[in-house]
Amino acid sequence: MRFTLITGRTVAQGDAMEKGKTEEEFMKACAIVELDPEDMEKLGVREGDTVKVKTSEGELVLWVRKAPGEQPGVAFIPMGPWANYLIGGDTEATGMPPYKVVDAEITPERGKVPSLEELLRLYTREEVR
Amino acid sequence: MRVTHRDVVCSFCGTLCDDIEVDVEDGRIAEVRHACRIGTTKFLSASRHEHRLLKPMVRENGRLKEVSLEEAVERAAEILAGAQRPLLYGWSSTSCEAQSVGIELAEVLGGVIDNTSTVCHGPSTIAVHEAGFISCTLGEVKNRADLVIYWGANPMHAHPRHLSRYSIYPRGYFRERGHQDRTLVVVDVRRTDTARLAQKFVRVQPGRDYELISALRAVVNGRKLPMDEVAGVSREDIEELAEMMKSCSFGVLFFGMGLTQSPGRHRNIDNAICLVRDLNTYTKFVIMPMRGHYNVVGFSEVLSWQAGFPFAVDFSKGYAWYNPGETTANDVLQRGECDAMLVVASDPVSNFPKPSVENMLKMPIVAIDVHPTPTTMVADVVIPAAIAGIEVEGTAYRMDVVPLRLRKVVEPPEGVLSDVEVLQRILERVKEIKG
Amino acid sequence: MKLVLKNGYVYDPANGVNGEKMDIFIENGKIVEEVSGAKEIDCSGMLVMPGGVEIHSHIAGGKVNTARLMRPEDHLRNVAPRTSVTRSVCGYSTPSTFLTGYAYSKMGYTTAFTAALPPLMARHTHEELHDIPMLDKGALTVMGNNWLIMHYLSEGRIEHACAYAAWLLRATKGYAIKAVNPGGSEAWGWGRDVRSLDDRVPHFDITPREIIRGLMEINERLSLPHSVHLHPNNLGRVGNFTTTLETLELTRDVKPSRERQVLQLTHAQFHSYGGDSWRNFSSEAESIAKAVNSSDRLVLDMGQVVFGDTTTMTADGPMEYYLSSLTGLKWANKDIELETAPGVTPFVYSEKSPVSGVQWAIGLELALLVESPEKVMLTTDHPNGAPFFTYPKIVAWLMSAKSREEVLERLHRAAQKNTVLGSIDREYGWSEICWVTRTAQARSLGLESKGHLGVGADADVAVYRIDPESTDPARDYEAVERAFSATALTVKGGEVVVRDGEVVKVVSGRTLYVDAGVGEELEREVLKDVDYYFKRFYTVNLANYPVQEVYLTSPEAVKVDSGVR
Repeated sequence: MRFTLITGRTVAQGDAMEKGKTEEEFMKACAIVELDPEDMEKLGVREGDTVKVKTSEGELVLWVRKAPGEQPGVAFIPMGPWANYLIGGDTEATGMPPYKVVDAEITPERGKVPSLEELLRLYTREEVR
Repeated sequence: MRVTHRDVVCSFCGTLCDDIEVDVEDGRIAEVRHACRIGTTKFLSASRHEHRLLKPMVRENGRLKEVSLEEAVERAAEILAGAQRPLLYGWSSTSCEAQSVGIELAEVLGGVIDNTSTVCHGPSTIAVHEAGFISCTLGEVKNRADLVIYWGANPMHAHPRHLSRYSIYPRGYFRERGHQDRTLVVVDVRRTDTARLAQKFVRVQPGRDYELISALRAVVNGRKLPMDEVAGVSREDIEELAEMMKSCSFGVLFFGMGLTQSPGRHRNIDNAICLVRDLNTYTKFVIMPMRGHYNVVGFSEVLSWQAGFPFAVDFSKGYAWYNPGETTANDVLQRGECDAMLVVASDPVSNFPKPSVENMLKMPIVAIDVHPTPTTMVADVVIPAAIAGIEVEGTAYRMDVVPLRLRKVVEPPEGVLSDVEVLQRILERVKEIKG
Repeated sequence: MKLVLKNGYVYDPANGVNGEKMDIFIENGKIVEEVSGAKEIDCSGMLVMPGGVEIHSHIAGGKVNTARLMRPEDHLRNVAPRTSVTRSVCGYSTPSTFLTGYAYSKMGYTTAFTAALPPLMARHTHEELHDIPMLDKGALTVMGNNWLIMHYLSEGRIEHACAYAAWLLRATKGYAIKAVNPGGSEAWGWGRDVRSLDDRVPHFDITPREIIRGLMEINERLSLPHSVHLHPNNLGRVGNFTTTLETLELTRDVKPSRERQVLQLTHAQFHSYGGDSWRNFSSEAESIAKAVNSSDRLVLDMGQVVFGDTTTMTADGPMEYYLSSLTGLKWANKDIELETAPGVTPFVYSEKSPVSGVQWAIGLELALLVESPEKVMLTTDHPNGAPFFTYPKIVAWLMSAKSREEVLERLHRAAQKNTVLGSIDREYGWSEICWVTRTAQARSLGLESKGHLGVGADADVAVYRIDPESTDPARDYEAVERAFSATALTVKGGEVVVRDGEVVKVVSGRTLYVDAGVGEELEREVLKDVDYYFKRFYTVNLANYPVQEVYLTSPEAVKVDSGVR
């Protein structure tokens, strides 16, 4: 199903970040995608299920969460390394990458949500503490 | 023994609350009052040393190894002085005093210095170059505002005390009944937690804010819209909002990254500033960006008075050169124009888009930070720092450019220096190497 | 540190020295009677004056930096890379802090006061002053739209107003009381303005007349070193000279507490306009000069216009809105809670514009029509009339009628028709130049050790490469301009900091502020009101408001025991 992907802050992401990005809580706050309840129904997923989010830049398996209010057609991922793995680089000569309003394909997928270390290993450098 | 520190400034977000009370017991932070959830966590986690960076580290044979501070500084200076055009990035979560040393370091190195504005309100700054800036301090909002609009901003999550301290709930001189004397409007693509508090919520279609602003300007300036809806918003709603804006006695438009990171970027802000300028023909209206990091504003201020430009400054010509799109961090990274990176109080590996991170991982990185982050995990030199506003004093600028003195409430972990001290040591060593 | 400046032609009119060939002896940062075994620098054939003193220039703080932020294009000018001595620099109408210090120093200035410090933003102003090298510094604290001042004055509680003003100077590390469009900037909080001395300030039971009179009374009761420094109402408006004259009248009732004026009419050029529309815009410099000539309680600074591109900035919010709506150029506004309302907009003074031409003439008329140079100070209200880099040009205009004529001929004819400048043949001499660029400023500010070269004065000296004996400034005005653009030597605090127009040593000057004492009980009572204001209306806590001394380079409190109890 096609969505417009938006990334941004949440209070849980901010809180977890201050506790420590290497903690599990940070992953739980960031490795998620918030969807409109009706869209979740259409996708046939429930809170806590996993989905695959795919953009022109890459794809990731993330947990689904119900959005706090209605947002038909909009998928929201809290800012952080998971969100940004899906974001491209074109700043249109402004310095600002396209963090919001990105085309995304979301499909139900039973899979493992990558941990922070696993996510970093997806990049080129192998040695990570 | 328990000591209470009052009037402490919270060094988390641009709201820069300065009414925090912190209880310190046996040199550790025991209790925090008045702060929001995130601020409280920031204070409390400072004293959880097991989650801090405590020892300088240098990467050897692929592994980070603990070393002395002298060794780490030496390695950092070698990397930076040896680079053709290093990128010095971060700066928004540290003091102006540290930023000031960083700017001189960039000048000596002939490097590029940029802060997190580049990925938050950089477009707003570009818009200010085009259209000006019609604003005020937050007390003006508290005392006078009867119409408060948040556009593409969700302060209930990003700036949790913004509504209660400044915009909606406080009683002001001319707004004695607090929120009863004000109207809250939210424009967003999602019904956020902030939108749920609003008297009026306007759902704009993603990426079409510019059109909606233009429609509002047309109506404010007395034109009739020839279409039934713009950007998913009905003509009636647009007319109603325009009328609310024109008829209030003091209106404020707070905007967030919903405008700066969406298609249109700085043009959205330029248009919004023009809307506010139009409104000043009819009434009093101001506009203000919701700045994220607690001292993201401070960096732009210091860089402006020292080097003439607010972010993304390239010193490779010897003097300051600024051209967003050319000298901005993500563009420099993606074009592979820098060959080393100094990251201070920031985590670009988490917060930059994939193509930038891929290039970042190809070059040596020196990271100065308080906590381990994905950036420190991949860095070649890691130097721990004390937390400004908790363990060291300094200066920070609130989102409305009000400067405050950060306080110190506890000692930093043993052997851990401030960003200022670490940067000064690197600067001294770099000056020696460069002759 | 000892130094002798030998054989220069010294101009030190405050001490009756007018071009005598003599030696200046320096020891430990002060002028002394004589020194032995000191390094000697030959200044023969050169002009020696006390270090220049800038009294009104927007060089530091919130609106200056807002202007920098809004005008990146300004920083493509005057660029220079880092050297072994100096930092990299840039900027013209809004130069970087480093350039500000270097450029003033190269022109022989050793002291500068920034024109407006909004209390809530004071820390910002001091952070920038901290980064301005080469100069001793101070800042004028704006109070003309301050809520607590207005409340105290409207309730007739003058002692309370005095104690609060004294506290505010200490809290902001300010040096003097500045007022900008009194009442008008508060009205701007609602998008309004005041247009006469008797308009009521919305929601405050007070008029501009009462605010100005009240501030002068506060100033004299506190016996502050400087007088009230006033930017009157109606700046830049056609026909505003009547408001200005009425304002100057208010000084008649005020008894000076010190040997100085009770009011500095700042950037007087912008307040000396006649006519009733932009079509018949004309000079009323004669009226304003007449008022100053007939009073011993008034001084003015010029606010001279020089043609070119610049940035206007003032704590007069409604004025900047008005100006930007005339030009359509970008506009920044920055209202500050309970205190003031700065604004910024770019401007171009064009030789072809009838208005610009008249403005240019008015500044010079004022300087030439006020008889005593002790009452005149050379300013451009940097950068409002022009950037301070243009001072050498203005010196040349003051010294040469021919140079003025040459400009006048190029201008739109309105500049000849609607001013009397063309008929003024007065030409300043070197002593008069000394008065209007340093000595009058030092007197006005109450800086006893500045603006002269008597024993005990600060060893701040400017040596210009021009021979006053052999130069006829009326004819060789270009040589004058060149000489004043770059000193042969600038000595700051006894050290040579500029040589042949180049900065050779970077020093960090002192920061001066006023600490006026008032009765303890009165102060306690006032602090209760202050506390209430902070709890209810400000958005920062009182404890976080006062500027700590750590922000000031070599802080120096000028203590005053006011006797206010």
